[in-house]
Amino acid sequence: MATVDIAPVKKPFRWHILVFLAPAALIYTAVMIFPLISTLYQAFFSQKWEFVGFGNFMQLFTDPRLSASFWNALINNVWFFIIHMLVQNPIGILLAALLSNPRLRLRGFYRTVFFIPTILSFVIVGFVWKLILSPTWGVTSGLLKSVGLGWLFQPWLGKEEYALTTLALISNWQFIGIPMMLIYAALLSIPDEVLEAAECDGITGWSQFWKIQLPLVLPAIGIVSILTFVGNFNAFDLVYAAQGAQAGPNFSTDLLGTLLYRTFFGYQLQLGDRAMGSTVAAVMFLIILAGVCVYLFGIQTRLRRYQF
Amino acid sequence: MTLTKHLLAATATMAIVSAVAPAFAEDVNLTIESWRTDDLTVWQDKIIPAFEAANPGIKVTFAPTAPTEYNAALNAKLEGGSAGDIITCRPFDASLELYNKGYLAALNDLPGMENFSPVAKAAWSTDDQATTFCVPMGAVIHGFFYNKDAFAKVGITQPPATVDEFFADLDKIKADGTYIPLAMGTNDQWEAATMGYQNIGPNYWKGEEGRLALIAGKEKLTDPQWVEPYAQLAKWKPYLGDGFEAQTYSDSQNLFTLGRAAIYPTGSWEIAGFEANATFALGVFPPPVPKAGDQCYISDHTDIGIGMNAKSANPDAAKKFLSWVASPEFGTIFANALPGFFPLSSGEVKLEDPIAQEFVSWRAKCKSTIRSTYAILSRGTPNLENETWNASVQVIKGAETPEAAGARLQAGLDSWYKPAGK
Repeated sequence: MATVDIAPVKKPFRWHILVFLAPAALIYTAVMIFPLISTLYQAFFSQKWEFVGFGNFMQLFTDPRLSASFWNALINNVWFFIIHMLVQNPIGILLAALLSNPRLRLRGFYRTVFFIPTILSFVIVGFVWKLILSPTWGVTSGLLKSVGLGWLFQPWLGKEEYALTTLALISNWQFIGIPMMLIYAALLSIPDEVLEAAECDGITGWSQFWKIQLPLVLPAIGIVSILTFVGNFNAFDLVYAAQGAQAGPNFSTDLLGTLLYRTFFGYQLQLGDRAMGSTVAAVMFLIILAGVCVYLFGIQTRLRRYQF
Repeated sequence: MTLTKHLLAATATMAIVSAVAPAFAEDVNLTIESWRTDDLTVWQDKIIPAFEAANPGIKVTFAPTAPTEYNAALNAKLEGGSAGDIITCRPFDASLELYNKGYLAALNDLPGMENFSPVAKAAWSTDDQATTFCVPMGAVIHGFFYNKDAFAKVGITQPPATVDEFFADLDKIKADGTYIPLAMGTNDQWEAATMGYQNIGPNYWKGEEGRLALIAGKEKLTDPQWVEPYAQLAKWKPYLGDGFEAQTYSDSQNLFTLGRAAIYPTGSWEIAGFEANATFALGVFPPPVPKAGDQCYISDHTDIGIGMNAKSANPDAAKKFLSWVASPEFGTIFANALPGFFPLSSGEVKLEDPIAQEFVSWRAKCKSTIRSTYAILSRGTPNLENETWNASVQVIKGAETPEAAGARLQAGLDSWYKPAGK
């Protein structure tokens, strides 16, 4: 068979792409990828740099004390996440739905007000809420008394049974703006024709929201959920700012992040343990990776996308 | 041509300068590494001028780092060989590690070291107490502050000396209702352990005797002398303010200085702050003893020491400085500039602040000890000090019995600590 040589059209190599990508790739590698890999690597070594294989992981899951604190932190973290999914995201969606109502006045004002806590520093949020809820100086007990609910007041942040939920709600208050904004943007991107067509078919008000708008913003809700998941399982700052690294009372607010901090860097007289700290970090990474994979392959591929 | 000329001239100038320089370099410069940024002015205006006046030819620079960064920064500087000549020492393991790595010089034969008792040196000595590597500089003493006006109002004439009197007074204050009897919260956890357990405990475990027996494995945290302080703490609960579970350390301080609480268990480091803020007459009393006439013990906790960089270029000048720090002269300046941080030397020190004077007078009648969990026993995981925070809080809240707390702590300690010779 005769071959016909067709000289391929030689495109010049597009160097500028590499040049433009290089800074970001370098920085990302230096501050994210390299530390991540070296943490995973460190998890297989002892404090004295002897290779121990899965020894650290075995210790983390079998040592009665370590495993107890690990499971405690993980369960707390799951509860922290559940509160976010049950409170923050539904309220965020609700606020977005209200904001997208064309008859609402002062929309920009509400939007800004709901979003402001998100841009506050954790330290400020932790401190302000600690003061608001303080049994000594706080306004909460006075406010509750003035409406006849004084008996309801508790030093919530100091009680084992309430502290974690209280912190989760504070975090909800702070981050309500994120789901609100993302879903608000998604709602705005629904073309008016679709909604008008629905109205022609007699679907109005709440049933319009449930039947038309909500299905159309499901991908945005998925993104919000996965952002919440990653954020919650990496959470550390609020607990550290409000309760300290010992995550009191009696470790009831201990999250994986605070456990990692105490293990890796040490605390007060406890010296840091690089090996076990890396192990906790590696396990956190795997948990988050697993969660993200479940979302990417299990949920996102099934979400239907609509092109307008 | 001109360039060469210039170069030659420059080289010549440099040669002359370097030849002449040693004549001016008689002055030796010492740099002090420290975490006490708060004390910068005290060092610059009082301590260093006093030393330089007495020792011409030695110039001293105080170069502190923020407390939270100090340990890491110091380690990095020592490893890199750029650390100062004089190093402020954290107590116990942090400094011991520096000594073991060869960064701190042994100071056994430093003139002035004889002024310090073994308790004072314990925080900066090897485990066998054979070598000391830092000069003990300051200690804080635990005790109770009280509001004299409050005591007068509820009819208490004398601060309590025994535990029974202590609780009787608390009852009187509670019955009167104007004041919160005890200002303490459990939110920050360390308050309950440090200002509660370690404050009253030495009276039960007999100070150093008990502390050393615990380290030697002759006593256990389940023994009555170690459990009883927890039982005492548990009795404090009814006298704490509403919502003490969420009360922080600064809440407690404010409750007391605003005159809303009558008694505040704490330590001498509060003197300066309280004297500045309180609008009522302040008094202090040592931890009450179990029975009248009992020997009293106080926690006289060593907190700051000062040592020498083993690789210092000016070891003689550095030693001269450390000897001076060990002298009563330094002690007097230090104690008066920073009331509440007491010099540890057994030499005579004059204090002007009456409350500081009161605190330090307890040393004469009571036996000093340091916090039981700080030396050796907090080297492993679980960490005894951090566990003690948790246990103290749990006991005060009534969530754990004193006996269960003792058993839990001992089990944690047994899991990694093997006393020598056992």
